[in-house]
Amino acid sequence: MSVGKSLAHDAAPLHVTGQARYVDDIPVPADTLSLAFGTSSVARGRIVSMDLTAVRGAHGVVAVLTAGDLPFENDVSPSAHDEPLLSDGSVHYVGQPLFLVVAQSHLLARKAAQLAVVEYDEATPILTIDEALTADSRFEDGPRIYTKGDAGAAIEAAAHVVEGSMEIGGQEHFYLEGQAALAFPQEGGDMVVHSSTQHPTEIQHKVANALGVGMHAVRVEIRRMGGGFGGKESQGNALAISCAVAARLTGRACKMRYDRDDDMMITGKRHDFRITYRAGFDDDGLLAGVEFVQYARCGWGLDLSIPVADRAMLHADNAYFLPTARIESHRLKTNTQSATAYRGFGGPQGIVGIERVMDHIAHDLGVDPYEVRRKNFYASGGSISGKMKQQTTPQTTPYGMVVEDSISAELTAALIEKSEYTARRAAIADWNAKNPVLKKGIALTPVKFGISFTLTHLNQAGALVHVYQDGSVHLNHGGTEMGQGLFLKMAQVAAARFGVSTDVIKITATDTAKVPNTSATAASSGSDLNGMAVQAACDTIRARMATFLAAYHQSDVETVRFEGDGVVIGKVRLSFAKAAQLCYENRISLSSTGFYKTPDITWDRIKGQGRPFYYFSYGAAVTEVVIDTLTGENRILRVDIIHDAGASLNPALDIGQVEGAYVQGAGWLTTEELIWDEKGMLRTHAPSTYKIPACGDRPDIFNVALWDGENRVETIYRSKAVGEPPFNLGISAFMALSDAVAANGDGYPAMDAPATAETILNTVMRVKNGV
Amino acid sequence: MDITFLLNGETVELGGVSPTYTFLEFLREYRGLNGTKEGCNEGDCGACSVMVTDGDGARAINSCILFLPQLHGKAVRTVEGISGPNGELHPVQQAMIDHHGAQCGFCTPGFVVSMAVAHLNGDTDFDTALAGNLCRCTGYAPIIRAAEAAADVPVPDWIKDDLTILDGRHGAHPLVPDSSDALAAILLDNPDTTVIAGATDVGLWVTKGLRELSPVVFLGGCEDLKNIEVSATEFRIGAGVNINELGALMDEYHPSFGDMIRRYGSLQVRAAATIGGNIANGSPIGDGPPALIALGATLHLRRGDVRREVLLEDYFIAYGKQDRAKGEFVEAVRIPRQEDRLKCYKLSKRFDQDISAVCGCFNITVVNGVVTQARIAFGGMAATPKRAGHVEAALVGQPWNSETVAATRGAWDKDFTPMSDMRASAAYRIVTARNLLTRYFMEDSGIATNVLEVEA
Repeated sequence: MSVGKSLAHDAAPLHVTGQARYVDDIPVPADTLSLAFGTSSVARGRIVSMDLTAVRGAHGVVAVLTAGDLPFENDVSPSAHDEPLLSDGSVHYVGQPLFLVVAQSHLLARKAAQLAVVEYDEATPILTIDEALTADSRFEDGPRIYTKGDAGAAIEAAAHVVEGSMEIGGQEHFYLEGQAALAFPQEGGDMVVHSSTQHPTEIQHKVANALGVGMHAVRVEIRRMGGGFGGKESQGNALAISCAVAARLTGRACKMRYDRDDDMMITGKRHDFRITYRAGFDDDGLLAGVEFVQYARCGWGLDLSIPVADRAMLHADNAYFLPTARIESHRLKTNTQSATAYRGFGGPQGIVGIERVMDHIAHDLGVDPYEVRRKNFYASGGSISGKMKQQTTPQTTPYGMVVEDSISAELTAALIEKSEYTARRAAIADWNAKNPVLKKGIALTPVKFGISFTLTHLNQAGALVHVYQDGSVHLNHGGTEMGQGLFLKMAQVAAARFGVSTDVIKITATDTAKVPNTSATAASSGSDLNGMAVQAACDTIRARMATFLAAYHQSDVETVRFEGDGVVIGKVRLSFAKAAQLCYENRISLSSTGFYKTPDITWDRIKGQGRPFYYFSYGAAVTEVVIDTLTGENRILRVDIIHDAGASLNPALDIGQVEGAYVQGAGWLTTEELIWDEKGMLRTHAPSTYKIPACGDRPDIFNVALWDGENRVETIYRSKAVGEPPFNLGISAFMALSDAVAANGDGYPAMDAPATAETILNTVMRVKNGV
Repeated sequence: MDITFLLNGETVELGGVSPTYTFLEFLREYRGLNGTKEGCNEGDCGACSVMVTDGDGARAINSCILFLPQLHGKAVRTVEGISGPNGELHPVQQAMIDHHGAQCGFCTPGFVVSMAVAHLNGDTDFDTALAGNLCRCTGYAPIIRAAEAAADVPVPDWIKDDLTILDGRHGAHPLVPDSSDALAAILLDNPDTTVIAGATDVGLWVTKGLRELSPVVFLGGCEDLKNIEVSATEFRIGAGVNINELGALMDEYHPSFGDMIRRYGSLQVRAAATIGGNIANGSPIGDGPPALIALGATLHLRRGDVRREVLLEDYFIAYGKQDRAKGEFVEAVRIPRQEDRLKCYKLSKRFDQDISAVCGCFNITVVNGVVTQARIAFGGMAATPKRAGHVEAALVGQPWNSETVAATRGAWDKDFTPMSDMRASAAYRIVTARNLLTRYFMEDSGIATNVLEVEA
């Protein structure tokens, strides 16, 4: 069966030969126009005057559009209608699009966009968390608060208390393919849009609104993205709308891609957070209560900040049972890029908060942090066979969901063994005693990550499957391909349902005209949702074929089996192609849609109560590092991971996700530093200044294994979502660095993230001074 | 006059092209070869890597900051030309498929080119060979597995370009003089000409600064600027020597400098960038000058037929201002032969392919336990690459011990008043500058100080 096999990515032969086509590679008519934004150079204020004479007169310029030139809606926001495509006169961040240049080439459009003369009435920008708090600049009326029991009283009554505060930096997605869109005007005002997007339905919706037409007049297609990571969930709207509007205006195909610097200046990033905490615990480190205050810097527009901040709250427990908890969340509005979705969607920030608490407790008690973590894990609730063990007292999350499927204890125990954690921890202590300048550190951190969109209605998906009379299969579904291998996994599901090899399945571009009303490929949900929809579509066709073939061969429908590239009907065996042909000739419909909605989830986000997640994905990592206490330079030396992908649909793809997610997560907390200056200008807007991990930064020793188990709830072939959860494994790198810093003195490091060399050196100096 | 080169084995002759038209733009906008990707448009991500072969062999170069005239008389292969003429997969391509080395695939063509170049050259130091290619999906592990798997597979014939095809078909191009004499004449006639060597800096003036550069002249044809002369007393390194070649020389004589060069830009950048350009552009954060100043290097400058020599440390006058007259160009750098006491320490957010926050180079001679000479130079600490004169003075004549090192503390503030920027704060810069002297002393005393040498 195709499911469970480590097949190579379906597009790999195209990737390695340069034939894989991305939006900017699509052949276009010779008269295609290119677009570029002119952007704001101030962070806050009003436009007093905007002289575009030189822009309009520049070589190759065909048109220049401002807000007043837009025919219908001037909005790119995913829901709140608070982000104009082009400034309405007010300016909210450096890099905000003010006007749109339509020119004969990308370079000419970019050059012309520099020629505007804009005068601003500048106001003092609100840039930092402190400035936003002082100005009470926030989304929603006030903080959102989830409570479980009386955490304050429990902490007061506890034998020990730790408290502290931590800054957690944001993160640029740095998808290698920048944002891109291409619009082809059609007859009668219709529009076809190719967009590098995780959310084609939203592109369709926003383009329709911008053109004043129904969604039926807009068709959006995306074959693949060159990386997404959440950065293409809403951030592609501006380019797609611009292309569509310009295409309608000029009657010519229009395309737009951001130069890398523009991409980083204009688009949103991961939210940076400050998390303050207070935790009460006993002599063994067992928690009595925890209080968190999470401050999220959301930027100027709402975008997806509400569900991001919610998910940070929902992951404030990570893998740990909090007997009492109070989680307060502030969503702060600042004059910076509107922060957006990024792999983990707030979850990683929440998890960093509780992992800091665990680390701090262990330091306070002078014990191995793993011991503190282990004692606080949710009780194991599910055996690896998927059957549930009876829990004596159900343990609930701070939001009232019973945790039934925890495998943290078993999984981390296996990892402790496999990574030889205990012996290595002792060896590291010896090594540190002998080395005055260099210090090693080691840490284990677990992850428990909630799977489902917290906006419940998004948990639906559709598929469209055609079986042709020659037995070849056309597969389509609502998910998008950004490198994660979703299309191949879906083909493996379809192939398994029809008992054929994946060679028979044609994987086709995501297309809003084939499957409507899709959700973003986000929240790690791609395989879970679309896999079930694909299965449903295939099974509908299969049932029709089986019913007919059984009758035709005077056999019982129950005996019909689809296997080995054929169909077995009693004693008759037909090739799948022959079976399809026979069905066609006998007028059996060989096309079907499929639909799926996640069962059993309910969520009241205002009360903070319910079951927002269908299940949890688990994993753990052990990371060993070395730091130089003279400069803060550091290296990741070894990483061991066990990650839970349920019964993996494709182990090679899942291991690839885990490896990549770890490095990306470690990058977030180490070298990736976003710096805005006092004027609100992002100073790290290119790879020359914003440093994602390079080849040499991957761990020298990198052992990744999948947990041998299956999902205890009914997902597609009992697999589990794998996109976001392993991102959190990178936190072990940060905690290992903290451990190495702690080897320099008695003080608790209380290190901020990202742990750049500078941050590490500063923290070392603080620890040495015993502060 | 036409620009002539081989593209995936076919001869291309171009007339009337703008000299600052980038090769990437040519491929994608003009030639319809879309396999080569634009990731950053500044030479930092490697998605646009192409393989360039000339008389010195094959190397990977970033095509986004490669101007067409730089290819004159050379052969170039894009990802489309890494596969065989009948679509046969190159061993590195097959290995990338087999080892799941591509996820989103956008960086993959650049990786495949870099891997194919390493494969052709028998280079198995993959961390170095691939440091200039960024991947955001895989975490690199499967790419390295692929590179290792392909290493032993024979090099396919098609990948070796035959430059003799171009024999007699490309003459000297007016923008690409073939000798330093011709260059000197051009610059004398037009002193405002922008001189382009590897274009790893000037390229960004065009792709990011959106500047129109005219007139320009390319140094790549001046073979006489590419010589390295080793004598009993000195190294004379032509201005056109690329950084990889300089690195190979330093590996032998001053290995710490060689190690630092492996972290200078990326292989792609170092293959294009020249030591002359690294010095002449006057950057306060270039990594070549601090090391060269610490070695006591001098600079040979030429204008027309007039030549002069200046101490490299005196060449940098102020930020953006160098001791170079209009029409004058850097001809060579001279390094005196000496006992190797040089250590080069480069501090940056990321180890590979990052611009230094602080680059400290120490050359301290100790005789009978006493410091007899000290040359210490830093990048990133001032508006120019700068010697630490007060610190040197505090060391010379003193016993070489930790007390002497500690006693330099006050001298650092006299030498440097660094600034804060996105790479590091002023405080970090001054603290680490001091600490690097401690590192030098400890390393000299046999204490482990290099995180790169530590294993799990």
